[in-house]
Amino acid sequence: MKLFAFTKTADVSDAVKGASSSDTAQQGAKIRFVAGGTTLLDLMKLSVETPDTLIDINRLPLDKIETTRDGGLKIGAMVRNADLANHPYVKSHFPVLSEALLSGASAQLRNMATTGGNLLQRTRCVYFRDTAFACNKREPGSGCPAIEGENRTLAVLGTSDSCIATNPSDMNVALTALEATIIIKGPLGEREVAIDDFYLLPGSTPHIENVLKPGDLITHVVVKGLPSDSKSVYLKLRDRASYEFALASAAVIVQVEGGKITRARIALGGVGTKPWRALEAEKTLSGAAANEANFRKAAEDALRNAKPQSQNKFKIELSKRCLTHALKMATS
Amino acid sequence: MPATKDKSNSPIGRATKRIDGPLKVTGSAIYTSDHNFPGMLYAVPVGATIANGTIAKLDTKEAEKMPGVKAVFHRANIGQLFRVAPNSDFSAFSDEDRPPFDDDIIRYYGQYVAVAVAETFEQATAAAEAVKVTYNEKKPNVETLLSADSKVHVESERGDAQKAFDDAGLKLDVTYTTPAETHNVIELHSSVAVFDDPNFTLYETTQGVVNHRNVLAQVLGVEPENVKVISKFLGSGFGGKITPWPQSAIAAAVSRKLRKPIKLVISRKMTFHAAGHRPRTQQRVRISADEKGKLTSLQHDYLNHTAILDDFKENCGECTKYLYSCANLRVTSALAKRNIGTPTSMRGPGAVPGLFATESALDELAIKLKMDPLQLRIINEPEKDEGINIPFASRHLIECYKAGADKFGWAKRDPRVGSMKRDGLTLGWGMAGASWIAERWPAEVAVELRNDGTAKVSTGTQDIGTGTYTVLAQVLADKVGLSMDKVEVVLGDSSLPPGPLSGGSMVTASLIPAVSKAAEKVIGTLLAAAVKTPGEKYFGVEQKDMTYTEGKVHKKDEPASAGISFQKVLNAGNFKFLTGKGSSSTTFTAKPKVSMHSYGAHFVEVTWQEEIARLRVNRVVTVIDAGKIINPKAGRNQIEGAVVMGIGMALFEHTHYEPSKGAPLNSNFADYIVAVNADVPALDVHFLEFENTELNEYGARGIGEIGLAGFAAATANAVYHATGVRVRNLPIKIEDLLATT
Ligand SMILES: Cc1cc2nc3c(=O)[nH]c(=O)nc-3n(C[C@H](O)[C@H](O)[C@H](O)COP(=O)(O)OP(=O)(O)OC[C@H]3O[C@@H](n4cnc5c(N)ncnc54)[C@H](O)[C@@H]3O)c2cc1C
Ligand code: SF4
Repeated sequence: MKLFAFTKTADVSDAVKGASSSDTAQQGAKIRFVAGGTTLLDLMKLSVETPDTLIDINRLPLDKIETTRDGGLKIGAMVRNADLANHPYVKSHFPVLSEALLSGASAQLRNMATTGGNLLQRTRCVYFRDTAFACNKREPGSGCPAIEGENRTLAVLGTSDSCIATNPSDMNVALTALEATIIIKGPLGEREVAIDDFYLLPGSTPHIENVLKPGDLITHVVVKGLPSDSKSVYLKLRDRASYEFALASAAVIVQVEGGKITRARIALGGVGTKPWRALEAEKTLSGAAANEANFRKAAEDALRNAKPQSQNKFKIELSKRCLTHALKMATS
Repeated sequence: MPATKDKSNSPIGRATKRIDGPLKVTGSAIYTSDHNFPGMLYAVPVGATIANGTIAKLDTKEAEKMPGVKAVFHRANIGQLFRVAPNSDFSAFSDEDRPPFDDDIIRYYGQYVAVAVAETFEQATAAAEAVKVTYNEKKPNVETLLSADSKVHVESERGDAQKAFDDAGLKLDVTYTTPAETHNVIELHSSVAVFDDPNFTLYETTQGVVNHRNVLAQVLGVEPENVKVISKFLGSGFGGKITPWPQSAIAAAVSRKLRKPIKLVISRKMTFHAAGHRPRTQQRVRISADEKGKLTSLQHDYLNHTAILDDFKENCGECTKYLYSCANLRVTSALAKRNIGTPTSMRGPGAVPGLFATESALDELAIKLKMDPLQLRIINEPEKDEGINIPFASRHLIECYKAGADKFGWAKRDPRVGSMKRDGLTLGWGMAGASWIAERWPAEVAVELRNDGTAKVSTGTQDIGTGTYTVLAQVLADKVGLSMDKVEVVLGDSSLPPGPLSGGSMVTASLIPAVSKAAEKVIGTLLAAAVKTPGEKYFGVEQKDMTYTEGKVHKKDEPASAGISFQKVLNAGNFKFLTGKGSSSTTFTAKPKVSMHSYGAHFVEVTWQEEIARLRVNRVVTVIDAGKIINPKAGRNQIEGAVVMGIGMALFEHTHYEPSKGAPLNSNFADYIVAVNADVPALDVHFLEFENTELNEYGARGIGEIGLAGFAAATANAVYHATGVRVRNLPIKIEDLLATT
């Protein structure tokens, strides 16, 4: 770790101003906000992130969970993962979000981790995290050793020749199924970005992971209310029973009427280079009978374009089983 | 001399609490890296980022100029460090024999090439990162497929195994592998070195203070009298801390150079490089049987990877030669050299990976025979140790199998694959046998009786977390008829009478006879004091008519209750303390007369949920016969801990060496998966206590390692029963069971 300056602010505009002179808001940024620090400090100790300046945003007044008029949520960026997961309204109305958060990390980490920080957690690709190796995401143009190397846990959807890293978050998968909107305050004012547009595919620029620009601060995440008859489930599969990132996960939100699915919102985790919205599966399910054959068909459609690497072919089948079973759970 | 006539008062066999428990739960137990000294500096090593090649240039200029930095040492300026002489008696043994910085050749990833020293840990870390090293890099060999680079060594042979195998109708020829595993104990390897010319005091994370002293004296080129090694508490070792690793010599050498106390704590990542690991094994098993299930041949040919410079053998055939009756047997070993750090012992070395292979093979054979796997083992139970043709001292494996089967409900097992269901889950039931050596190291102890009514036992061994402090307190309390709270146990200091290495599950068995003899000595002195103190009760009585029982000095012809306490004797005679020394010898001999081992059996239930490929260990029954259990609480803790490790070994643990650079890639706790609480069901552990006094008067053998032996096989056998997939390459992964990779 190298020396850095540490500043604090309790004011959103100050924070934005403080960070706006950064060269980038992406990999290698010289000015970084620090929230829970569970991603950032880890990467700084590994010298993967080397900011000159940290702006501590823990005192920003962004720590509230509000319910909106349509029964949705407005979640402050500083709301801790544990608080969000255990909020009674979130538990009762958005079980998919609560379950996703609780399936992630450990109790201690969830107590520190924030909503904004979780949105921006980085891949667990071992090469990305080790500066002794090349990595296009960390050092653009240096190469991607994962493609020929250790890729068991990496992505099968949305990959490119430059990068196959997975977005490891559980929360983001639930928020993607919930079609969340991210509210950003930047030097030019406030803007709203749909979560699916927030994350970028790696393409030839895997070091650019999202739409954030220097000075951009995530202030809130907004989720619309769900119809009262919808059921939601988050299912996460991994090697051990707890405290591990997903090999495959699925967030599903469905409404069933007279044995038929009227509406389905599906996102997959552990398999995509970004939280993966499975629009094909949603289409397959729309109007279809809620039975296992159709769930499996939807899963097949969701993974149709999956591209396996040397070690992770099994994740395609695992992801299909995960989605099929999550749909079964949500409709039973 | 039994000091307590009434056995019910004896602390032996009592599930007492740890005497060091309060220190540990209050955080006041001082572990190695807790030691701090005025003027102490921090050292952080620089590890090579190649696994094969040479150092072309080492540039320390920038690092030396950084804030707080005192020096950067490397081959050119650390001073001479020496090699450890070969020895056959474990008096000074290391696994990695090359002294640090010995040459410019890099043979494994992470090999230390320099060390940065600064006022704070953070400054030293930053400086270590700023050391610029360029290499002449060659492609490393970390290939997982192993072939012999050494001569094939015949470990054991009887009959003509190959002929019997060729002639057999019913046979199996299969290869099993176990991956490299890294110990990953919680406490990182640490050294705090204090040089006070000419003496070194080294606070170390070690499972052998005496061995550590003897090795470091040689490496530093000084007399053993000038080196003192301290290790009062250990945050676990599991074999990873049996021998010294290079960071220890580096810390001591830097302390000598700078004349300052030096603290060097390696990182989690570095523990995957230069601090030992269980090497990868590849084991071919050829086994045949007649139609009744009697084994007609058994061949076990194994290889393990080792370092370029050090020949470490993972002795997978440890149990093969004596576990089953079989007239035709051949066991061979060989080594495969890799650009990987030096391997070392890890809990149950040899037996643990070996039994994965042979106990899996027996299961496969039972399936071929359409026979219950438990029955197959009973049929092949030997009457003597056929490996060296001597009787067993105490073998109760069949009793372990039967007790385990009974508690598990094995009789209800439907052998058909996938046939057993519960709550929508498929159940798999598997079992396997376990065994581990029962031997003694040489040991010396001193016992003191003190005029405040307390007693002390001291020896240069260490408590690696297993409960040695407590067990020694129990033994001495028993010997001198005191309550445990009146006994002090002093360990973890190489200047004490030389005690055993904490390795091979042998500490307890080794120390009991030594404590017994020391207690006898001190009691003799006590009786002499009693009859020689003028004016006292027993003044002038013949010493031979005196005895000491139930904590009282008295005449043989009167009850203990009529006697006097040793405290009284000491105070009357104006003695501060009386001392007795005792020793016991090792049982390792070239020609043993009896075969001494412990035995056990594991029964495992897994649940398999095919629709989401979820496999869990759901129920475990483990039965162990390790003779008398001195402390059932500490004993159970050892077996339960071993089973937890077994779940990790069966399902998760695996150090991956990346082929292009040879780096162990998953060198952290997020990527090196061990079992967490949620993976561990309630564990049902039973001890059968067949006492055999071959090793010591209590009939106690060791329990630290046997709980891991056989467990992975029992799990793999259960997985086959549930899924029909035979996994021969550990760990058992989701992709094996999905069979689509
Ligand atoms: C051992 C371990 C296991 C884990 N397991 C899981 C798991 O199973 N599932 C899972 O989903 N996650 C897991 N995580 C990741 C964890 O969820 C994230 O580390 C956490 O959510 C990050 O939140 P934070 O507040 O600590 O972020 P920080 O580390 O503070 O910040 C992360 C990044 O976001 C930026 N940032 C933070 N807040 C804002 C904001 N408001 N506006 C703009 N930028 C901002 C920071 O500058 C930084 O670049 C694990 C982490 C660890 C260390
Ligand atoms: S997959 Fe992406 S993150 Fe991993 S090494 Fe390749 S470029 Fe880097």
